[in-house]
Amino acid sequence: MIAQILADRCNNCAQCVIVCPTFVLDDGPQHPVIARIEACQTCYMCELYCEQDAIYVAPDQFAPEPEVDPAPHLGVIRHDHGWDRPGEVGHLDEYRKLGPLLGAGAEIAAKRYQAQRSRA
Amino acid sequence: MAIETDVLIIGGGMAAGWAAIAAARAGARVIIADKGYMGTSGVTATGGPNHWWVAPDPARREEAIERQSSKAQGLGDPEWMARILDLTWRYLPTLAPHYPFGSDGAGGTYYSGVRGSEYMRALRAAAIEAGALVLDHHPALELLRDTDGRIAGARGHALRARQDWEIRSHTTILATGGNAFRSGLIGSRTNTGDGHLMAAEAGVALSGMEFGPSWSISPAWASTRTLPYTGAVYYDAAGRELDIPPSRAAGHAHNRALGHAMLNGPVLADLSHAPEALRPILRRIQPLTPAPFERRGIDLFRDRFPVKLFGEGTIRGTGGLDLADAQCRTSASGLFAIGDAATRELVAGANSGGGAVNSAWALSSGRIAGAAAARESLGRKGALPPAQGLGRIAFAPARYEAAIDASAIHRAVDDEIHGYAHVFTRDEANYAASGARLEAIWRELSDHGRASGAALVALRETAALVAGARWTIAAARGRRESRGLHQRADYPEATGPTRRQLVGGLDTVRILSQQAEFA
Repeated sequence: MIAQILADRCNNCAQCVIVCPTFVLDDGPQHPVIARIEACQTCYMCELYCEQDAIYVAPDQFAPEPEVDPAPHLGVIRHDHGWDRPGEVGHLDEYRKLGPLLGAGAEIAAKRYQAQRSRA
Repeated sequence: MAIETDVLIIGGGMAAGWAAIAAARAGARVIIADKGYMGTSGVTATGGPNHWWVAPDPARREEAIERQSSKAQGLGDPEWMARILDLTWRYLPTLAPHYPFGSDGAGGTYYSGVRGSEYMRALRAAAIEAGALVLDHHPALELLRDTDGRIAGARGHALRARQDWEIRSHTTILATGGNAFRSGLIGSRTNTGDGHLMAAEAGVALSGMEFGPSWSISPAWASTRTLPYTGAVYYDAAGRELDIPPSRAAGHAHNRALGHAMLNGPVLADLSHAPEALRPILRRIQPLTPAPFERRGIDLFRDRFPVKLFGEGTIRGTGGLDLADAQCRTSASGLFAIGDAATRELVAGANSGGGAVNSAWALSSGRIAGAAAARESLGRKGALPPAQGLGRIAFAPARYEAAIDASAIHRAVDDEIHGYAHVFTRDEANYAASGARLEAIWRELSDHGRASGAALVALRETAALVAGARWTIAAARGRRESRGLHQRADYPEATGPTRRQLVGGLDTVRILSQQAEFA
């Protein structure tokens, strides 16, 4: 669930209020406020759209975890999506491998299962 | 004051996007009213939809349709399959000005699989560029019906402005997505089956509701995408390896075995067997998948961690609003249904459409309905007759107003549909007991539910979740055989009849008909 909006990074652009699909946030005087945390679905969309990297979403989707040091994680999701480098091309060049990698995993499991059956 | 438009699209996921583009390009005024933000709401934004993708070579198409028809187990419609293959192939690449399609590794472009966050961002941009007006955080509460008996728009509540809204339209398209029954599945919190409830209040039935459930594996603390799991080994809490059939085993044996094991205690996953090639690029393909691990200090390819199955409701099932014609019209005049809000039985039959067929369906049904709704609207210029809201449940209690424990209802509904304990004992008695419990919940809501504003939005979601669960259980009880995703302990064989089954009704839920045989 969303845990923190960092006041020292936030420029109060309210993009997170706008993009949150479950309307968790309200506008605030200095920065948006987490008004309805029970509606947070831990989808990380607010982090992805925050150009200031001022939001930290904690990983547990069932319980709030407000007391974590967010520093190592700030901006990672946006960077991994390539959204911090809008001019750069090729972010999705590995995407075609998704299907084959799913298949490769399934193949590994099927072979292992077969081997276990034949041993038994 | 009411806004007026030609085409009102309720919902803002992928089907809504494609419908808006088609309708606006055909010259209609288009409004999209989404309950969240068009671009992040719904299950596509956090997902990575692959599309059913077959080159327009007659032999290859025919072969693909034959294969899909066989998976549909007698309930698919080959003509619909051919249409969605054609439309998907022609239209997905048209998103190139807005979506950064990647390389296919052979000097060409890879089109069929897209990342959800970029895809939905692109569809939003393309819809706006085509001329659609997007209203975010504008959940719809009820449909309107005019004095001619046509569906004539909707009413809802604007969450950010804290104001009720009314939009009058010549045609209305329901693109509200499937019903995930508040299982916690990633991205699905807004998928509460609102369109199903609104359409049912207009007399529309549903089909394919019996085909489910299915689940998605994830760490116990957060639903994620499942790319790293297909090769996983599973252990019980004592460290004993569990006997779990592989992920692609027939008859959904994999999930059934996992669910069975979870009834006995925690199950831990070991992903160290995942393909080597996946490790360095997982975060570039699915950047949201590593986050819940890194933020817990867990190495997902080394450490064992507890897992949970998150129910996928009608999103991975095939059920939804019945369609009356090949333009995605429903039986209510002026009302269309597309994407996961509509039945996918026509292309997926008794089995899950998987991501690929369902995505091709969302794109194609959106294109088809958008164009048809624009044509119908543009032929109906003139003054709009007076109209009334069709919403009943949660607007006014049948008896007296009393507090409703929505959280308890949501837990109960998720358990009735997705609870592992039911999966192995689904028979007449089990369905009857589930049905009776859901009936009591519906009665409570109907007798005592009343709210307004944002609280009414939430209470209508609760009502839609319960209505969807009642149709699901009634439909499953009505199909006295096992077929595809629908598996019963008392009728374990696919004995037929090979017919589509309609279910509907609100105060009284019933099987409405067994439709004509396909194939």
